[in-house]
Amino acid sequence: MTSHADNRSSETSTALPIHIQGLTKKFDQFYALDSVDLEVRSGEFLTLLGPSGSGKTTLLMAIAGFNRPDAGSIRFGDEEMILTPPHRRNVGMVFQSYALFPHMSVAENVAFPLKLRQVDAKESAERVAEALATVQLSELGDRSIDQLSGGQRQRVALARAFVFRPRILLMDEPLSALDKKLREQMQIELKHLHEKLGVTTVYVTHDQREALTMSDRIAVINDGKLAQVGTPHAIYNQPATPFVADFIGESSMLPLKRDNAGKLFFENHLIADEYAADPGAECSLVIRPERLFVIRDEVTDTDQTIVFSGAVREFVYQGETAFAQMSISDKYDLSFRFGTDSASSGNDMRPGDQISLGLNRRDVIIIPPAGER
Amino acid sequence: MSPSMESEIAADLPNQKSLRVQGEREQWMLLSLSTPALLAIVLIVVIPVGWLFYLSFIGSDGQLSLENYQKMIQYKSYARVFLTTFQVSLLTTLLCILIGYPLAYFLAILPQRMAGFFMLAVLLPFWTSLLVRTYAWLVLLQRNGILNDLAISAGIWDSPVKLVHNMTGTLIGMAHIMLPFLVLPLYGSMRKIERDMMHAASNLGASPIQAFWKVYFPLSLSGMVAGSLIVFVLCLGFYVTPAVLGGGRVVMVATQITAILENQFNWGAASALGVVLLIATIIILYLAARFLKLDAALFGKH
Repeated sequence: MTSHADNRSSETSTALPIHIQGLTKKFDQFYALDSVDLEVRSGEFLTLLGPSGSGKTTLLMAIAGFNRPDAGSIRFGDEEMILTPPHRRNVGMVFQSYALFPHMSVAENVAFPLKLRQVDAKESAERVAEALATVQLSELGDRSIDQLSGGQRQRVALARAFVFRPRILLMDEPLSALDKKLREQMQIELKHLHEKLGVTTVYVTHDQREALTMSDRIAVINDGKLAQVGTPHAIYNQPATPFVADFIGESSMLPLKRDNAGKLFFENHLIADEYAADPGAECSLVIRPERLFVIRDEVTDTDQTIVFSGAVREFVYQGETAFAQMSISDKYDLSFRFGTDSASSGNDMRPGDQISLGLNRRDVIIIPPAGER
Repeated sequence: MSPSMESEIAADLPNQKSLRVQGEREQWMLLSLSTPALLAIVLIVVIPVGWLFYLSFIGSDGQLSLENYQKMIQYKSYARVFLTTFQVSLLTTLLCILIGYPLAYFLAILPQRMAGFFMLAVLLPFWTSLLVRTYAWLVLLQRNGILNDLAISAGIWDSPVKLVHNMTGTLIGMAHIMLPFLVLPLYGSMRKIERDMMHAASNLGASPIQAFWKVYFPLSLSGMVAGSLIVFVLCLGFYVTPAVLGGGRVVMVATQITAILENQFNWGAASALGVVLLIATIIILYLAARFLKLDAALFGKH
């Protein structure tokens, strides 16, 4: 057992950072990747998050070596990889389709990369057993692939991807084929596995909740460009662009006006005394629905709270929370959420009701307009 | 146990009788749909084959006897005919694999629309008459044929080479005719190999050659086995091409049967040959099914 522990620690120390610079991939006239710069730190769990067609999978495939970028550099540690064929890159990968070999048993699938590396039979058997134990499939080594459930296949694909101790692990929407319950369970398991292996991991998903749950950092990608890179907390609480604010979580956006002193207003509400960005730019106020709370008595702004008033337009009961929209002077919609416990102030809300919503000034998010960074 | 479950076991829920009647009627109707085909098989397969089977046990004196089969064992020429038949079939199958595998692979890696176009090129000869194709090869390959003329004028060889009326000609013609039967199932099984499979192999450290032999080839094997068996079995009973391109030097079972009928008008001997060939074919298919998991190959499971 001690030797295994030693192996683990040596693996951790050899996890490699990935340096991506100016990566560009063109398909005809369309830029799938447009001069992307990204640093993946050694041992971190980084998620590439974006809508379909954003270029996130193209970027992952470029790291794996399955497509040849037209320009730029990909370095694993100090080693330039841009022209290295995929089979010499030594990165593990979990495919969306799992891509398990149907003509091999579970154990043969997992042993495949070891066989190619000419690991001797005894050690290979040990490592396969260890990898299968890690993904809790010790009993299933002799099964054929078509006897496995979706979740089990996913685990085999995972075991096969890390059994040869790659210093980088790539995952392309590995959980998208699983049902919701299993997916959420696997998210936690993958996170633990990453902590155990300590390997640099790049994970692709279009599911923002999955990205927020699992990642050390998230790189939001759109139209072949990085929109923002940061921790889940930073991405959610300080979105850098309207796209990020809109794509991650739910949000309402209200236009802000600037007075002569540089103070920012929404209608007659003072939102901020100053905003560092380009003073000429039009900014927006981003409000997360769950940060708003229903107010019964107060109707004016205070030092701590901004109070918006309007009429309830939409009310949807969704179980653990209720989702509603309030219309401000028939021009702007403000989405909000509240708990559905018996003490909740919103339980008897009906469309058409006049209400007030409070926002704590610490929850104010101001972003520059689209196109500005 | 709930009341509903009890009555289910007793089968006396209100609708069950009618449902059963409906189910039975549906099955009879489905069965009746297949009657024309069943009748046709009985009329044009079972009865003639049974008749031939019976004839093969009738001796020259009109009595039941094993005479026809004894002759087959006695005379060496029969053994030679069977040997030639299996030899030609096996070589044709191998030739088809040799030519067909790279061709199917090429088709499988093309974009779907382009593959359709090239597939036409494979299928076009398939739609023209067998006899026409066979004689076309005769024109191409004969002593003063196009191929010999070209080769001589290009200086590849000096005097006409014998390309037809022998084994070479037979194999060329047979391989050409049989090729689509191999390419079609093989192409089908190759198309089903996802690109991710090859990506996974290479990601796990397989060079392109290793990825081919360890992943692609095993996954295409089912189509290749299915196609090879079709080709082999069709070759066993082939008549036109060996008769024309073999020029009497490549005597296969089918050619021998014709010869016996034309020269001796001996139905018994001809039938016995047919029966032995049929049984040999069935044995081969049975063995192939046992050892190659043919059901998977023929029904497209990996």
